[in-house]
Amino acid sequence: MNHNRRVLLKGSLAAGAVGAAVGVGLLTPKAVMAAWAKDAFEAKDVNAAMTGSMGSADAAASDKIKLKAPDIAENGAVVPITVTSNIKGTTNMSILVAGNNTPLTSTYELGPTTEAYISTRVKMGKTSDVIAVVKADGKLFSTKKEVKVTIGGCGG
Amino acid sequence: MAKSIKLRAKAKDGVATVKALISHPMETGLRKDKKSGKPIPAEFIQEVVCESAGKTVLSAQWGSAISKNPFISFKFSGAKSGDSIKVSWVDNKGNSDSLESNIK
Repeated sequence: MNHNRRVLLKGSLAAGAVGAAVGVGLLTPKAVMAAWAKDAFEAKDVNAAMTGSMGSADAAASDKIKLKAPDIAENGAVVPITVTSNIKGTTNMSILVAGNNTPLTSTYELGPTTEAYISTRVKMGKTSDVIAVVKADGKLFSTKKEVKVTIGGCGG
Repeated sequence: MAKSIKLRAKAKDGVATVKALISHPMETGLRKDKKSGKPIPAEFIQEVVCESAGKTVLSAQWGSAISKNPFISFKFSGAKSGDSIKVSWVDNKGNSDSLESNIK
């Protein structure tokens, strides 16, 4: 825990300019709210969803992102996902489910003091890869894990 | 939509762990009513913003693929016990709610 925090602190210092820019953006949550990434959330394939949410689909695979998800999800309507990034200067995170109709589930913008840790629950229509994409210092990194779904969570 | 949010925030060694549970149907718009066969209109949270002591610590955009009654947990540093913490959400129909609490 403490180690992660040190790394993050160093990261935010190194990425001071980036952090400041993000900080300015974050002071106006109303403006952020107006910009729900409709195209990204309605995109039907992973690349388009990533481009819409993170600016590019070109993400390097990284083992510094920890994606915690069950191997087998008995109920696809509630799949707990935890993403922790150990990459310095992580500013944004997105969680995608490759097999869903619209792969992008959620995207997060972290404040300057926020740790690169998000835990939430997503729906999965069928067995597929869960992809975590992280933006750090303007570069994209991703990691993925296959989750087997026995009962789908999309549709009736 | 009052009281849709349950919020717990705990500070330890300067790092606050925030957990929020929101009551919301999170309809995708793809499901059909079993009796009438008509599609159930989409209703899902699009924006979640969390502020602490006047600063935004997390702003999230959600799609319809977040589970019903969404749960979110995250951490941020530089927090101390007694700081204010506020979570607010807006859905695609324009409904919204927010809750302000204190970090324990």
